[in-house]
Amino acid sequence: MTSLLDLDLLWVTGKGGVGKTSTAAAIAEVAARSGRSTLVCEMDAKGALASALGVDELDFTPVEVAPNLHAMSMSTEDALREYLRLFVRIPFIGRIGPLAKTFDFVADAAPGVKEILSVGKLCFEVREKNYDLIVVDAESTGHIVSQIGAPKVIADLVQVGLVREQTQWMLDILNDVNRTGVAVVTTPEEMPVTESSELLRRLTSETGAHPAVVIANRVLPVLFDRREQAVVDQLDAALPTLIDAVGPGASVVLEAARFTDARRRTGAQHLGRMRSELDAADPPLNIPIITVPELFARNGGRRVVSLIADGLADELDIEISSGQRANGE
Amino acid sequence: MSELDNLLASREMILVAGSGGVGKTTIAAAMGIAAAQRQKGKILVLTVDPAKRLATALGLDEVGNSPVRIEPAIFKAAGVTVRGELWVAMLDTKAGWDELIRQHAPDAEVREAVLANPLYQNITSRFVHSHDYLAMEQLHDLHATGDFDLVIVDTPPSRNALSILDAPSRMIDFFGSRLLRWLTVPYRSRLFTVASKPFYQIADRVLGSRFLQDIADFFVLFQAMEKGFVKRARAVEALLGDAQTAFVVVTTLETAPSHEAKFLAQALLNRGMTLGAMVVNRVLPARLAGNDAIASANALLAAGPELVDAVAEQLDDVSPKTVAAVLAQLAERFDDVALVASRETERRAELATFATTMLDAPWLTGDIHDIAGLGELAEHLRVDSVNG
Repeated sequence: MTSLLDLDLLWVTGKGGVGKTSTAAAIAEVAARSGRSTLVCEMDAKGALASALGVDELDFTPVEVAPNLHAMSMSTEDALREYLRLFVRIPFIGRIGPLAKTFDFVADAAPGVKEILSVGKLCFEVREKNYDLIVVDAESTGHIVSQIGAPKVIADLVQVGLVREQTQWMLDILNDVNRTGVAVVTTPEEMPVTESSELLRRLTSETGAHPAVVIANRVLPVLFDRREQAVVDQLDAALPTLIDAVGPGASVVLEAARFTDARRRTGAQHLGRMRSELDAADPPLNIPIITVPELFARNGGRRVVSLIADGLADELDIEISSGQRANGE
Repeated sequence: MSELDNLLASREMILVAGSGGVGKTTIAAAMGIAAAQRQKGKILVLTVDPAKRLATALGLDEVGNSPVRIEPAIFKAAGVTVRGELWVAMLDTKAGWDELIRQHAPDAEVREAVLANPLYQNITSRFVHSHDYLAMEQLHDLHATGDFDLVIVDTPPSRNALSILDAPSRMIDFFGSRLLRWLTVPYRSRLFTVASKPFYQIADRVLGSRFLQDIADFFVLFQAMEKGFVKRARAVEALLGDAQTAFVVVTTLETAPSHEAKFLAQALLNRGMTLGAMVVNRVLPARLAGNDAIASANALLAAGPELVDAVAEQLDDVSPKTVAAVLAQLAERFDDVALVASRETERRAELATFATTMLDAPWLTGDIHDIAGLGELAEHLRVDSVNG
């Protein structure tokens, strides 16, 4: 299999709240720190990527936010404007403002039109080889199929016209397992795992794109080895001694550890279930499930992204330059 | 009577909203059970795509748009005593649209033409956030029949929870929009309308006139149903603001969901809709962030070998070295949990400024997947919490 970072285009999706944007930013950071010229693009313009990268805001024109790391935010209207300029050579570009607004109405109603403008922009950057890797902070698991699958939908529905003609080269990029991949981010919880597993099993048949990796985020650490666990299991017997020595809060300290460990075990079961579901798929999905530890820092931001990047680089066995942590954040 | 029971007894409709992944479906189901435990009437939980094990637990293997009753025997087996009837229906958006078209089509010809249109499936699944609108439509229907004393709706997961509130007005706007007018004027006059000529040229070159015509054909048919749709959308809108309707916002205390919960609560307020309660799901026990525990963890970090030996003596077959490692790990890891717990306490206090009723559901270590588990969750929700 091609290494994750040797792809041209990597879609990062996940159920809402699992850390999709931070993970996309972290993958892009790993790629940039490994020396690859990288573009990371936010598709929903909510601004989450900008805060993950520690910048004020992003727009359609990419900016270099760190060495080798470029970032942009997708805009259908700007994508249309660029498209018309490059391909249709419309003479009245100056008057495109209100037209684009009207076009937006049509794009809202017509299947796949809005999506194909965004996807087309990304594929265009791939075709022009402007970057070594493009990381997409894509739609969530519920909507990703209509996003990546837009060229396929258009190719099926539209009989003639420029858009129809241009779906083929996009499909060539999107369907090539060596160029395009989909990373699914999940947390080790029931619903995210179930949704991710279902998405992975239907992704290729519905969009043509191939799953590349599952990233299990916020995985809790193993606190005790087997010998230590034996101590924890019978520690209640010594609780009075502990309370005498360190105060009445000792029982809560013990409870916290047991609580964390119970959550970790439940999470491990969910990830185990996912592994067997992927292996049992037809054809089997041999993609790796890599883990990012729970950082116990529930606020996002650049520092957290760099920590995730460090963890991902280890898991992916990629050498990267030192991170951003020394810059006083 | 607990605040939960008060809420369930005083409303005809409860809409459970919140961002994805916070456990809306589970909370809605638990509220349904809570209502059935205390009320004699018929209670319906209208849910969307529940986790499979939850569906099985509720007896929801092959449920469509029509409500089915959860058999009393199932409650009996789970040790849950109910006075009322609990019914459940699952929202099936595709079937829902077909039904809508059948209801609103002025005649059989339009109906069959729409259902057979190649773009129908694609368009209905995409525009005006149809999932959200369909949930509101079904709610209206069920309410209109008067079959149920209480309907609890697990609203569809939406990127922006507000879209459910605005779905009816968006539907009304759509029928009055320039887009629809433009798409439905005859092809030739469209070509000669000065205002739309440049736009048409672009659209034609980009999309191809055949595709545009396909879309236009679809919307011409669709327009024939305007009257029915708009009338209904207004009724649905009125229902959302009705005094018998209340919203319940579900959230966890993580950053993104609580941010969305605040946003949603504010939006409900601005629209004059009722926020019946805010349910905070997966709350860590507050004592984890308590001063006692922090003091003990610190003392444990500083404890010497005497404590290790004293503990080791009381346990079977353990070496002091292992005990030392365990105590050190307990003390060090406690900070992680305490940090999370104290952040969550702060977030909960912020959320409490938006809602008069806050209901906490603890972080249960296992997932809930049977009636007994839902009953237990209902009991947790009944425990009135002290605000602030």
